[in-house]
Amino acid sequence: MKILYRFCLRAGISLSGLLLAVLPSLAHADYSWNFPTPVTPIARDTLEIHNHFMIVITILFVVVFGIMIYSMVKHRKSVGHQPARFTGPTGTVQWIWALVPFAILLFIDYVLMGIPAYHAVLDMEDTRTKADMVLKVTGMQWKWQYEYPDSGIKYLSTTSTPREQIANKEAKGEHYLLEVDNPVVLPVGKKVRILLTSTDVIHTWWVPQFGVKRDAIPGFLRETWVKIEQPGTYRGQCAELCGKDHGFMPVVVHAVPEPEYLAWVDEKKSKLAAAAAGSDKTWSKEDLLAAGKDVYEKQCAVCHQSEGQGLAPAFPALAGSKIVTGPLLSPEGKLLKDSHVDRVLNGKEGTAMQAFKNTLSDTDLAAVITYERNSFGNKKGDLIQPAQIKSLR
Amino acid sequence: MSTAPSIEHETGHGHHAEPYQGGVMRWLTTTNHKDIGTMYLTFALIMFFIGGAMILAVRAELFQPGLQLMQPEFFNQLIGVHALVMIFAALMPAATGFANWQIPLMIGAPDMALPRINNWGFWLLPPAAALLTLPFILALFGIGDGAVNTGWTLYAPLSVQGGMGVDFAIFSIHILGVSSILGSINIIVTIFNLRAPGMTMMKLPLFAWGWLITAFLLIATIPVLAGAVTMLLTDRHFGTSFFNAAGGGDPILFQHLFWFFGHPEVYILLLPIWGLIPHVLGTFSRKPIYGYKAQVYSFIAIGVLSVVVWAHHFFTAGMPVPALLYFMYSTMFISLPLAVLFFCWVATMWRGAMTFETPMLFAQGFIVLFGLAGLTGLVLADVAADAQYHHSYFVVAHFHYALFAGGIMGVMTGVYYWLPKWTGHMFSETLGKWHFWLTVISFNLTFMPQFFLGLAGMPRRIPDYALQFAEFNAISTVGAFILGFSQLIFAYNIWKCVKGGTKATDKVWEGADGLEWDLSSPPPHHSWEIQPVIK
Repeated sequence: MKILYRFCLRAGISLSGLLLAVLPSLAHADYSWNFPTPVTPIARDTLEIHNHFMIVITILFVVVFGIMIYSMVKHRKSVGHQPARFTGPTGTVQWIWALVPFAILLFIDYVLMGIPAYHAVLDMEDTRTKADMVLKVTGMQWKWQYEYPDSGIKYLSTTSTPREQIANKEAKGEHYLLEVDNPVVLPVGKKVRILLTSTDVIHTWWVPQFGVKRDAIPGFLRETWVKIEQPGTYRGQCAELCGKDHGFMPVVVHAVPEPEYLAWVDEKKSKLAAAAAGSDKTWSKEDLLAAGKDVYEKQCAVCHQSEGQGLAPAFPALAGSKIVTGPLLSPEGKLLKDSHVDRVLNGKEGTAMQAFKNTLSDTDLAAVITYERNSFGNKKGDLIQPAQIKSLR
Repeated sequence: MSTAPSIEHETGHGHHAEPYQGGVMRWLTTTNHKDIGTMYLTFALIMFFIGGAMILAVRAELFQPGLQLMQPEFFNQLIGVHALVMIFAALMPAATGFANWQIPLMIGAPDMALPRINNWGFWLLPPAAALLTLPFILALFGIGDGAVNTGWTLYAPLSVQGGMGVDFAIFSIHILGVSSILGSINIIVTIFNLRAPGMTMMKLPLFAWGWLITAFLLIATIPVLAGAVTMLLTDRHFGTSFFNAAGGGDPILFQHLFWFFGHPEVYILLLPIWGLIPHVLGTFSRKPIYGYKAQVYSFIAIGVLSVVVWAHHFFTAGMPVPALLYFMYSTMFISLPLAVLFFCWVATMWRGAMTFETPMLFAQGFIVLFGLAGLTGLVLADVAADAQYHHSYFVVAHFHYALFAGGIMGVMTGVYYWLPKWTGHMFSETLGKWHFWLTVISFNLTFMPQFFLGLAGMPRRIPDYALQFAEFNAISTVGAFILGFSQLIFAYNIWKCVKGGTKATDKVWEGADGLEWDLSSPPPHHSWEIQPVIK
C-alpha cells in the first residue's frame, strides 16, 4: 500500500507536469476565463477593477505561499533542520519586519483597492444625472415586464426556448435558455435610468456585459443605469432564486442606433394600439380559442402544463378544476369572488398565481379564459368577450 | 505552556467509574463528555455523507445542459437542504464534538461543567435533522410538496410562498438553535470555571479560545435568526406582514436579520478551526506556537467585526451610498486580523523541524486553500466588482473554499490529529495520505472551474444553463464525484482506527505540547480527576 502510494505520488507529479504542457491546447474558445466584453462605462470600470484585484491577490498568494513552501522545503526534519524556539518578534528590526506586511495590506485595502472602488460606487449609484430616458423593469414569476413610461409602451418578455430542448428531445439552439420572445430595445449612447420592482418574489436583473445587477423587490423601487456603447444583442438572466423556473427567465437586450430605436417605438406603439382596438369588437368563439391557445402556452403552461394537468401539489390542474368549470359571471354579469375569471384577473395572494389583469390585454384575457373553459376535457361551451373583461377591470 | 506533573490514571476505580449501562441506554443517558463528543462526531460524519449525497445528485444534473435527472422543484429542494445539513448538522456538530472531547482534556477538567445540558444539547440534533429531511420522505407518499425549496437563505417572500417544507425548516432551525445555545453556554461555563489551577486566560489553549469566541457569537446571533424565522412563520400562517410591503413590511428586513446571524455564522464555523490549526502546526514543526497573544486578539477582533459587516451579503438589493461604503470598508478591515492569523501560522512553521504526517498535510492544505477563500473574499467586498460576482458561481466557489477547505478540511485536520488520543490506536498513515491528496486535487477540480463560471456570468441555483457553461460544469461534476467518493477512505480509516491498530503512545506525536498529551491514550473515563497545576 505504502509503495503504491509513493508510486502514485510520483506519477501524480509527472502527470501534472504533462497536463501543464498540454494545457494550452485544452484552452480552446469555449472556455471563458474572465468577464464577457464590457459595453457600458460601468462594466469597463468593473472589469478594470477586477483585473487589478486579480493581479494583487495573485501576488499576495504567490508571496505568502512561496514563503511557506520555501519553509516546507528547508525547515524539515528529514534534512536535519533543528527547530528554533522563538514565539514572537524580538527586537526592533523583527517588529518592523512583522508589521510591514500589515502596513502593505492596509495600503492595498484602503488605497490601492479602496479609492478606485469609492469612485466606481459613486458612479454606479448616480442614476439620475443626465439621464436620457427611463426603462421600468418588473420581475414576475417567471418573466420580465418592460415599460417605457415616456412612450407608453409596456409588454412582457418570456423565454422562447422550446420545452422540448430543455427536456433533451430536440437539439439545443445556439442561444439555449438565453432567448426571449420580446427583447428589450434600447438606443446606444443614451443614459438609460432603469427602475426595478417585482410583483411577487425577489428577482435580480442581470446582464453581465453591462456590469449591472440589481434586485427587483416587491413593493419597492430600486434603480440602476446603463449607457450602452455598441449596438448588439446582450444576454443575461435572473440571478436571484425565485422559485421553480428561476433558471428560465432570461434577459435579452437589443441595443440599436437611435433612429432605429425611434422607428421601433413607433412600430411597437401602433401594434399595441391595434391589439387594444381588438377589445372593442365582438369575437367569434373560434378566434378566441385560437388566440387563447397561444396565450395559454406562453403564460400558463409553465405551471398548469400544456394539457392542463397541473403539477401537484403546488400548481393545480385546470382539467376538471372546480374553479374553471364553475359559473362564469353572476347572473347580473358581475365578477364572482374566487371564480375562474376572478382568479385569472386578480390572482391568488401568496402563490405564484399572479394578477394577470396587470400584464395581459383584454383580448388575451378573454381568449385564455375561453380557451381554458373549453379545453383539456372541460366542456363549458361558454365564452367571454374582451369588452366584458374591460368592464370588469 | 508548562505541563502537568505525571499522574497515575486508573480507569476502573471508585464509584464514578461504575460500568456503563449496556446498549442504547448508555448513549441516551450518558453525561460523559467523551461519549457525547463521540456522538456529536459520529452524527456529523453521517450527516456529512447525507448532505454530500444530495449535492452529488445536483452535480449529476448539472453535468450537461438540459434537464436529465430531476425537475427544477426538486433541484431547488436539494441545494437548500444540502446547505442546511452541511452547516447545521455536519460542520457545527463536528466542532461541538471537538469541544466536548478536547476542552476538558486541554484545560485540565474532569468533564464539562453542565453534563446534563450537554446530553440534551446532543439529543436535540437528531430530531432537528429528521424534521429537515422528513418532507422529502413525506413527498414520496404524496404528502406536501417536498422539503424547503428556497435555498438555505430562506429569503422572503419566496419562503412565504413556499410549501410546508419551509415550516419544517423553521422548526428544525429553532431546535438546532436551542441545541447550539445550550452547547455554547456549557463551553463558556466550562472554560471560565474548570480551568486547571494556574491556567490564566492568557495560558488557555488557542483551540479553547477559538471556541470561546464562537460560543459568544452563537449566543449573540442565534436568537436573531430564531426571531427572523418566527416572523416568517407568522407571516406565513397568522396574517402578519413583517416581510410584505402590501402590509407595511419590507422583504429586505429579512435579509438584514438573516445575515446579522449569517455572517457571524461563517466565523462560528471557522473560529474553532483557527484555534486548532496552530496546535497542529506547532506539533509537527516541533516549535512553540508563534504569536499566541496576537492570535487571541485577532479572534476577539474578528468576533467583534463579524457582527457589523452583514450587509455585504446583499449589496445588489440596493442601499444608500454611505451604507454601501461603510459595509465595503468595514468588511475589508477583517482582512487585517485574518492576515495576522496567516502570518502566525506561517511563522509557527518557519525554522521548525517539519514532518508531514496526515494532520500536518491537512493543516497545510487548509492554509493554502483557505487563503484563496480569504483573497477572493477581499475582492467580493468591493461593491463595484461585487455587482458582477454576486449571485454567481464565483460566490459559490468562494464560500466552498471557505467552508469546505476552511471548515471541513479543518475538521479533518482535527480528527486525524486527535483520533489516536481518542481511540488509543494509530490510524493508517497511508490511507490518510491517499485521502488528503485525493481530497485536495478533486476539491480544486470541483471548485476552481466555478470561479470561471461565475466570471463568465453563470448565476447560482439554476438547474439548467446556457451552452457556453457546459465544459466547466462537466469538469466540476467529475471533480465532485471523486471528492465525494474519496471521503469513503476517511470513514474507513476512522472505522479501522476505532477497531484496532498500532497502540498509540500517550504523547502520540513527537512534538505534541499541551495537557491532553499527558493523559493516557485513550484518556480515563473522568479525564482529570486530580487537576494538574500549571506553573
